[in-house]
Amino acid sequence: MSGVTILELKSLTKRFGGLAAVNDVSFKVREGGISGLIGPNGAGKTTIFNLITGVYKVTEGQILFKDKPIQDQEPYKIACGGVTRTFQNIRLFKELSVFDNVYTACHLSAKHNLFESVFRLPRYWREDKILKEKARSLLGIMGLEERQDISANNLPYGLQRRLEITRALALDPKLLLLDEPAAGMNPDETEQLMLLIGKVRKMFNLSVLVIEHHMDLIMGICEHIHVLNFGCTLADGSAEAVANDPKVVEAYLGAEEEKK
Amino acid sequence: MDYIQGIAVLIGINLIAVLGLCVLTGFTGLFSFGHGGFMAIGAYISAIVTAKLNLPFSVAILAGGLSAGIISVFIGQLTLKLKGDYFCIATMGFGEAIRIILNNTNYVGGARGWADLPQLTTWVWVVGLDIVCIAITWNLINSRQGRNMIAVREEELAAQMAGVNVFRYKMIALVFSAVMAGIAGALLANYLQFLRPTMFNMLKSTDLTIMVIFGGLGSISGTIVGTILLVSLPEVFRNFAQWRLVIYGLAVIVIMVGRPKGIMGGMELTPSGIRKIFAARRAKATLEAEIKAAERGDAA
Repeated sequence: MSGVTILELKSLTKRFGGLAAVNDVSFKVREGGISGLIGPNGAGKTTIFNLITGVYKVTEGQILFKDKPIQDQEPYKIACGGVTRTFQNIRLFKELSVFDNVYTACHLSAKHNLFESVFRLPRYWREDKILKEKARSLLGIMGLEERQDISANNLPYGLQRRLEITRALALDPKLLLLDEPAAGMNPDETEQLMLLIGKVRKMFNLSVLVIEHHMDLIMGICEHIHVLNFGCTLADGSAEAVANDPKVVEAYLGAEEEKK
Repeated sequence: MDYIQGIAVLIGINLIAVLGLCVLTGFTGLFSFGHGGFMAIGAYISAIVTAKLNLPFSVAILAGGLSAGIISVFIGQLTLKLKGDYFCIATMGFGEAIRIILNNTNYVGGARGWADLPQLTTWVWVVGLDIVCIAITWNLINSRQGRNMIAVREEELAAQMAGVNVFRYKMIALVFSAVMAGIAGALLANYLQFLRPTMFNMLKSTDLTIMVIFGGLGSISGTIVGTILLVSLPEVFRNFAQWRLVIYGLAVIVIMVGRPKGIMGGMELTPSGIRKIFAARRAKATLEAEIKAAERGDAA
């Protein structure tokens, strides 16, 4: 493992009553890399995302983002600090147009306050133009510019996922957490998505942590994989090492093979 | 003519309170059944300033709005962390509490009411403030702060993940709506020249909320239309005496069944608003056509 660590989980534990949804999990995400978080259903993957983004409070352990603990911060502060995510069950601003979804999320690029907005002072006009341009250019990069007027809930499923990623990018994040981005997609769409994630990572100089069940996607793009089972770490290492780990094959990949 | 003008002034006064509530309910997604309470604060403070302290009306309006705003900050601290319906119930309790406090305050006339207030609310004040309030509301909603409020309404969790301080924006919406209700109350007190705590009971609060919903959640022009219709409707049917409130209720039910989003839910009756509706329709049609074409291509 070379390079700088952007996110580090140190013996992270989350208990809901007596149930340890995440139990003593530690791993690192390398800066600029794509890491995968896999495991059977109920292994605690999404719980870890919710812990990193501050939706849940950590029971024990530490989350370090750029070597600073973030586990006690408000979710919006963590997001402003550069960690953002998408959701397993897409959460767009449904009634808003595609453009407005991204335009809204660009708000951190402007500094004008409430007073300046309400009375339309010069800084409002200056910055609002920047926000609009930023939203447009993001939609262009993600291939959504032709759909910008449509309301988000009228988009087909695949484009909704893409819009959610676009909205996340509008915050200029350093670390992007993708929660099952390929869920419900066919192999074609999955491959497109893989290419898109790769492109976006280079373009925005991002680090990505992705939860996924599509093994081709995980094995195709992730340099580093962390495997969970029942809230505990099962394996951690490069894609091949994990894929050949007998424990992983038994708990997870084995079941996949049989189905085929 | 005086009668018509009287109704117009009442519409103008109510409009200010309803515009504030439209930001809270229509754009931020928080339902309140206690804004009669904020109106009462504005009304009584303005009455004290004008009748007891003999200060100018502009000071009274300012004091009415500000005091409602300050109290809303405390209420917000206590209740805005509550989820959904609980916030609604808390506001209801607040409204009733204000009414009962006023009922028992003899300094402002208690339950008997307070008559002979100076008549200071004029046409000019009402129309002028209406224009200013509409402009401010419009600018607020069409700004990054306003979009953040809409994001909170649409999807609270996603808004947080987009870096929106949900509590702060809920607070801004609540204080804004309270200040507007306070200003409306101040105008009302010095228009009617008479105040009584029952004028600001829960019925008044629900009336305000119904106007917002009737006109259309998330629409400023809808709010204006809703206020005009619902304030004037009982007056138009005044000849039917006891039936007029039945007609009022019926109109609300018809709208709720026929158009659950209100008359103009989510749409604006402005050039840019209309353009937006058509652009959305066109984009949707193009997308559907493309999907159909792709399906045909697959089949062939």
